[in-house]
Amino acid sequence: MITSAMGIWNYWIVFILMMIGLFIVIGRKNLLKKIVGLTIFQTSVFLLYITFGKITGGTAPILTENSSTIYSNPLPHVLILTAIVVGVATTALALALVVRINSIYGSIEEDDISAHDLIDYHDQNNTLKKSTLQNSK
Amino acid sequence: MIDIFINNLPILIVTVPLMMSLFVVLVTNSHLSFLLTLATTFITFLIAILLYQEVQSYSSISYALGNWLPPLGIEYVIDHVSIIPIIIISGIGFLATLFAYKIMPSELSDSSISKTYGLWLLAISGLIGLVTTGDAFNLFVFLEISSLASVALVAMGAKQDRQALIAAYNYLIIGAVGATFYVIGVGLLYAITGTLNLADITSKLALMEDNRALIAGFGFMVVGIMIKAAVFPLHIWLPRAYAYAPSAVSILLAATATKASLYILARILFSVFLPSENIVSFTLTYIILPLSVFAMFAGTIMAIYEKDIKRLLAHSSIAQIGYITLAFSIGTKSSVAAGFIHMSNHALIKGGLFMAITSISYYIQKRVTIENLSGLGKAMPITFCCFIICSLSLAGLPLTAGFVSKLYLIKSAISSEGLWLSFMILFSSALSLIYLWKMIEALWLSPLNKQDIKIKEKPVIYTSLLLITFLNIYFGLDASLIVNSSFNASNLLLGINK
Amino acid sequence: MYKNPILRVCTKILFAPIILFGLYVQFHGDYGPGGGFQAGVIVASAFILYSIVFGLNEGQKLLPPNVNLVLLAFGAFLYGAVGFTTMLMGEPFLSYNILGENSQAGQHLGILIIEFGVGLTVCNVMIALFNSFAGYQPNQGS
Repeated sequence: MITSAMGIWNYWIVFILMMIGLFIVIGRKNLLKKIVGLTIFQTSVFLLYITFGKITGGTAPILTENSSTIYSNPLPHVLILTAIVVGVATTALALALVVRINSIYGSIEEDDISAHDLIDYHDQNNTLKKSTLQNSK
Repeated sequence: MIDIFINNLPILIVTVPLMMSLFVVLVTNSHLSFLLTLATTFITFLIAILLYQEVQSYSSISYALGNWLPPLGIEYVIDHVSIIPIIIISGIGFLATLFAYKIMPSELSDSSISKTYGLWLLAISGLIGLVTTGDAFNLFVFLEISSLASVALVAMGAKQDRQALIAAYNYLIIGAVGATFYVIGVGLLYAITGTLNLADITSKLALMEDNRALIAGFGFMVVGIMIKAAVFPLHIWLPRAYAYAPSAVSILLAATATKASLYILARILFSVFLPSENIVSFTLTYIILPLSVFAMFAGTIMAIYEKDIKRLLAHSSIAQIGYITLAFSIGTKSSVAAGFIHMSNHALIKGGLFMAITSISYYIQKRVTIENLSGLGKAMPITFCCFIICSLSLAGLPLTAGFVSKLYLIKSAISSEGLWLSFMILFSSALSLIYLWKMIEALWLSPLNKQDIKIKEKPVIYTSLLLITFLNIYFGLDASLIVNSSFNASNLLLGINK
Repeated sequence: MYKNPILRVCTKILFAPIILFGLYVQFHGDYGPGGGFQAGVIVASAFILYSIVFGLNEGQKLLPPNVNLVLLAFGAFLYGAVGFTTMLMGEPFLSYNILGENSQAGQHLGILIIEFGVGLTVCNVMIALFNSFAGYQPNQGS
């Protein structure tokens, strides 16, 4: 059983990274750390796809002159390129939002932001002067 | 030239908004960008109607991208099932754009209006591509296009209320986790079947018995789509995102974004995993059915305690999504048809309610809460009348569209599950009357503020609202269009057996 | 940072070879690892290096923001234009076979053009992202 477990060590790494990433997204209250956790989570998915594509004895899927080479499956590589681009766009959008949140609320800890939002929620008539986009520091 | 146009309709309905959004982003004049957006959504709606006519005669259109035939290539599938969300998304996109003419400049700064319209078109194009495609990974790409565009649209509301930013951030993180779960599921399915085409996955799954990878892939895909569709425990992102978005964006997203994901859920549960009946029926009976019942009650009860009207309507959206997933989870032909009927009607109802609340907040220029609403019904009779009709439709009174969907839902629930389920549905509909009556009482039976007496309603704002209310009443009186399309859809989806 | 002579000279020396390498990666996507996205990021990194060392104003003189926006949209539009051209010739969207005499030449030309469009868009998106992050002033709207 140990040898069969060691034979699939790729998948062990994939799932460990996946769980680490998911825990960081859920368990950490700092907004930037959540983005880092999301990136780790998405990276583990890329590793999963590439592991699916590897064929035993196969080399990289680039055409060579030798006609009897075995190539690994090129389709997961293409899917991962697309998924990496999507992940980059998600990270960029999340970072832009964090920059805005920091300039308006003054912190990127979720507890402080929730405290500010609770004050906003109970103060429906906008009697408190709070910073909006027009007059922030 | 015309037959080139007709042959390529399935791809045009996705690429026309996509290409036009590139132009709209570059334009700096806000009126010109509005006109371009309106023209594009109108053309998209026309293409959707043409596709509807074609589906009536051909019953399934398959369009191979790049002339690579399926299962090797990406294909776009338009059949009786996918034409319903296409019509909903393009129709509501057009009506919401029409409504947004005066609303957008009142909430956003002039320089950001054209960028918002560019994102608007990108979101509509992503949603339509999501329901059109027949390839599992292409679905993920369009899922992320529509999701990122929606997040950016929600974050545009930060000028009015700064809570929009953290709401958009939560929407982004939770949505990205959901999409990544879906990708894991697709990867596992690709590893077992070797293909990405949804119809081909079904035929390959018919040849193998249930194994662990299949169950894991199914679980990941379903949970990922449930996060995007805001089914009960995974709905946390929805109330704040819809409440603090710009008002025109709330109308568009509340009526369309979750409907597309619910259609994908129905596709995955019934069409792709058709051969593995044990897993699907286990999931439907023991997981989705109880969660839908919880959703109906949790959404309604949270809405009763809300003071902010847009958050109230967002919570009631969660309850309505619970009705749709309840209809899917019963699993018979009539209940799946009832789910599609409620999908279409809820888009009209929520669109109308959000439009009425938006016009109220446009006139009083403050955030709409229960206290701010006092007496405004006397000052704005047309808006208030449309609001009453749409809220009666939400509760399910006869002669309105909501009644038709509740009727079919309760009929199918009685015929398959027994009386207790229909009692739950009726009880939660009765509970929804509580928060609707709170709003009506504040609007009509409370005294009017002195400064609100001078409000005059402008036709350019209430035209779209009257149109949606008229559609509510029309589909309540003559629901044959929606009912027939939904029954065609469920016949196609559930196949010959059952 | 522009006062440091080593950084200044090295940036000026490296700027052109980075773009050359980016173009190499772009057009060798057919025969090796490469393609539009990777090449776009490499070319963008040259411009971003210049902006980091010499300051944001100099970087914006090199590539003005409105040219950035227009090129961004143009890259994506190029992709769609190839698709629409094949549609106007009667085949489904993005079928490259009819763009050349035989299917191999058509595929080669079609993929070359769309990868160039992708590379153009990705390069300009990265530069626009850098400009908006680096030039962010908290007291401006939007």
